Amino acid sequence: MRRTALASAAILAAATMLTACGDDDDGGSSSSSGDVEIMTWWTEGGEKAGLDALIENFDKDYPDETLQSTPIAGGGGSNAKKVILQRLQTGDPPSSFQGHAGAELLDYINTGAIQDVSSLYEEEGWNDIFPPSLIEMLTYDGAIYSVPANIHRANLVWANPSVLKDNGLPTTAPASIDDWIDDMETLKQGGMEAPLAIATDWTQVQLLETVLIADLGPDAYTGLWDGSTDWASSEVTDALDDYATLMTYTNSNRGSLDWPDSSGMVAEGESAYTVMGDWVPAGYDVDNLVPNKDYIWFPVPGTDGVYDFLADSFTLPVDAPNTEGAEDWLRVVGSKAGQTAFNQAKGSIPARTDIDPSEFGVYQQSAMADFKTDTIVPSLAHGAAASIAWLDAITSAVGKFSTDPDVGTLQDDLVSAADQFASTE
Amino acid sequence: MTATAAAPPVTKRPVGTRPSRRWIGMTVRIALLVFFLLIVLIPVYVLLITSFKEKGAISASDAWALPSGWPWDWTTSGWSTAWDRLEAPLWRSVQLAVPGAVIASILGSMNGFVLSRWRFPFANLVFILILFGMFIPYQAVMLPLVDLLINDINIENGIPALLLTHIVFGIPICTLIFRNYYETVPSDLIEAARVDGAGMLQTYIRIILPLSAPAFVVTLIWQFTSIWNDFLFALFLSSEDNGPVTLALNNLAGGQLSNYQASMAAALIAAFPTLIVYIVLGRFFLRGLMAGSLKG
Amino acid sequence: MADQANRPKRRRRMHGIATWGPGLLLISPSIVLVGIFVYGLIGQNFQLALSDKHTAIQPETFIGLDNFKDLLTEDRFQHALTNLLIYTVAFLIGTMFFGMLWAILLERGIRGEGIFRSIYLFPMAISFVSAGVVWRWLLNGAQGEEAAGLNRLFQSLGPGGLQNSWWDTPNWGMVAIAMPAMWQLSGYMMALFLAGFRSIPDELREAARMDGASEFQLYRHVLFPQLSPVALSALIIAGHMSLKVFDIIYVIARNTYQVEVPATYMWQVQTFDQAKAATIASVLLIVVAVLIVPYLVYNHRTEKNR
Repeated sequence: MRRTALASAAILAAATMLTACGDDDDGGSSSSSGDVEIMTWWTEGGEKAGLDALIENFDKDYPDETLQSTPIAGGGGSNAKKVILQRLQTGDPPSSFQGHAGAELLDYINTGAIQDVSSLYEEEGWNDIFPPSLIEMLTYDGAIYSVPANIHRANLVWANPSVLKDNGLPTTAPASIDDWIDDMETLKQGGMEAPLAIATDWTQVQLLETVLIADLGPDAYTGLWDGSTDWASSEVTDALDDYATLMTYTNSNRGSLDWPDSSGMVAEGESAYTVMGDWVPAGYDVDNLVPNKDYIWFPVPGTDGVYDFLADSFTLPVDAPNTEGAEDWLRVVGSKAGQTAFNQAKGSIPARTDIDPSEFGVYQQSAMADFKTDTIVPSLAHGAAASIAWLDAITSAVGKFSTDPDVGTLQDDLVSAADQFASTE
Repeated sequence: MTATAAAPPVTKRPVGTRPSRRWIGMTVRIALLVFFLLIVLIPVYVLLITSFKEKGAISASDAWALPSGWPWDWTTSGWSTAWDRLEAPLWRSVQLAVPGAVIASILGSMNGFVLSRWRFPFANLVFILILFGMFIPYQAVMLPLVDLLINDINIENGIPALLLTHIVFGIPICTLIFRNYYETVPSDLIEAARVDGAGMLQTYIRIILPLSAPAFVVTLIWQFTSIWNDFLFALFLSSEDNGPVTLALNNLAGGQLSNYQASMAAALIAAFPTLIVYIVLGRFFLRGLMAGSLKG
Repeated sequence: MADQANRPKRRRRMHGIATWGPGLLLISPSIVLVGIFVYGLIGQNFQLALSDKHTAIQPETFIGLDNFKDLLTEDRFQHALTNLLIYTVAFLIGTMFFGMLWAILLERGIRGEGIFRSIYLFPMAISFVSAGVVWRWLLNGAQGEEAAGLNRLFQSLGPGGLQNSWWDTPNWGMVAIAMPAMWQLSGYMMALFLAGFRSIPDELREAARMDGASEFQLYRHVLFPQLSPVALSALIIAGHMSLKVFDIIYVIARNTYQVEVPATYMWQVQTFDQAKAATIASVLLIVVAVLIVPYLVYNHRTEKNR
């Protein structure tokens, strides 16, 4: 009632204003009915190249449909998410939009903004081609809400082999976190101030999740997100203690850094290790670093055989204009040709398990092999395991820990975050 | 303090009785002033030299040095990257700041006139209520504002939404400036017009408007600067592709692969228009500033 | 003669709606706009804060002050408020100190005063985003080998011990992040104080000097007291600006925990919890209103009595 009164008064005033000043409009944001409009935040570098490759495939497979790409730059996707949300709220959704597969989509799911695409999975036979544990991660209440274009891995250590050799350490993965900590102590004694390079809040959350996987095991880790593992348990306390110890080996200026800085520290030999996702090689390639010579990688000690995944995926909005076209796009995204082209350009690996690895780079080949056999768990820091609200609470707790390293407080904060947000899943 | 206060005259005051004391005092003062001048200029120095460096030459150790071997090593790659990214948003900022300043000023002039020279019952109360709008933290209206603009009135995201917003939220300060200014208009002038049978509109157009140029300059400059520099509204009501230069600058600077020369160059580019306005018309900028202090 | 002719007309002005009506009409678009966009929206924001509407689909059901209670007892929000308090105090002290210092140095007149004034003031003309870009680099927390920004400057120019982690420090980090704000706004304080100094009649100074007051006593007992209304004005203006702070912190540190303030917290939260964001905004408004409303009322009264 009040809103319409406000609105009509405002419209009157606004109309007077706007006719008076005659401002110009940008081009319309909604597509014409024949187009398939997709929204992403892939505006630069390998990501853009990957998107372009996908679009090329679409144009080839569906020549009489036009694809309109609306990329929105900035903030690692936060800008784009905002615009997407607004488009959804005003009832003007694009035909498809990008999102991290998994719990991050819960907000969209709960508001009924995106629809179930499991019929597409059956049609295309994806249920047999994507790993079953992945399909599990994408399913909520029996429905699947997105099609993954790629898979990234978050539980990796990137290391500098020459620095390790100089300190008499092997260039193979330490057997466990305790061994790893011993190695870091060696490096520290050898004069290295911060053996483990790390950056701002979210990178610390990523480190935390890998430690949780290592100490709890993949099943109990996954249980943290569906309520079957108790955040207040002593196993979690032990994991947090390990995390706290690891953090004592990190650089003190981490708050003002981001991931390229920490991976840069390893490349330059200032630090020996960093825990980061597999988008690191793309950055190293730009600097002409050679894999296995200038840098090596291994799963975070204790997480061998576990694939901590995150996936960029595409959704099907409810009331999407041109639903058929949107579904065709999703078909291309999940297709063999599409995933090959996309991942070759982007540096990640396909979600499909039936693609020939030899077409890919050194790191990607080892990753693809692991993906087929490893246990797959959802990444916390990248939206697969927890909703945005839950992740935000955890990130704040981790940020607090960075300045005030009290394991008890951290655990309490994590427990109350779980209490507050777990019920939304 | 009214908007028409002229720049205060420079007055000399003897420090003590002896000339040598005065000289020492003066030297100390100048030394201190120059010291602070340099400190204030440090960020500008950093912006300039970093923007001209080569990518990858920003190593920590010679971060403060001039780009080596001037002028051969001064590159403009930072500037071209910055310009590529900021060119379109810069133009959009112009499209936003100019109409926004003009319309808000016009409204402010009309309001100021009415509130000082053609009053109505409770005019003072209305003035205070309008003025309050200038002081609120804009977060307090942000969420319903987005809702109102995007969902209810259906104004497009980006410049249109921002234009309406800046006009409305610019009304309070413009009204304040004009009201204070018009208070200095001799009432005889108004009375004379009335004696001649002029109504409100005529009085406004024939008597008040012609006198208003100094105040218009102040509001135009102040509004232009405020709108150009706004970031909060831009963040909520637009995105890099349809928003003003502050958003684009933030995204460029906060980008994951830090490109210092580009972001420093971009910061300079984005600041350029308001800096020019400030350098050329600083006097009026100062007046707008003082008006906001409500010294009465 | 003019008086007599005008008096009846003045009376008519007071009574005739025909006379003041047009004025009201002329200002009415602004009244409507401000009414909607300021008061209407504030009302809606409170309504949202008093409701259950956390995500877009939830209906707005009134739940009273629950959100406020939850928020004010929350550790994270209390931390944000503490940060804001530290920032405000640091900012106020910094800007008033430098503003006053520069005003004192300049108020007696000096050659090139215009240049000094212009340069001290120019940071105010640029956006917080532009300033934030360079200050982020200056305030980089790396020390020693990898130092950048001010830390590197300290290293090269001498006082290497001054290096510190700037804003990446619990609590004191807020003082560091107040520095860019001080840089931008001390000039404003200077302008206010300068104008204040210049509006003090010369006779007061002469009289004090005649009475044998030293320069120090002159300032302390004559000039500063005269400046107190200006100082109060300055304090209120600066205070409300610092309570609203968002741009500087966002550009330099996004929303890292160390320097989180209510405004950045609200930005973070509004994507997934609208009622909470509205609550934070309401609290911010109340805090600012407590400062501003008495000031506006006081100004209104002093004007009336003029």
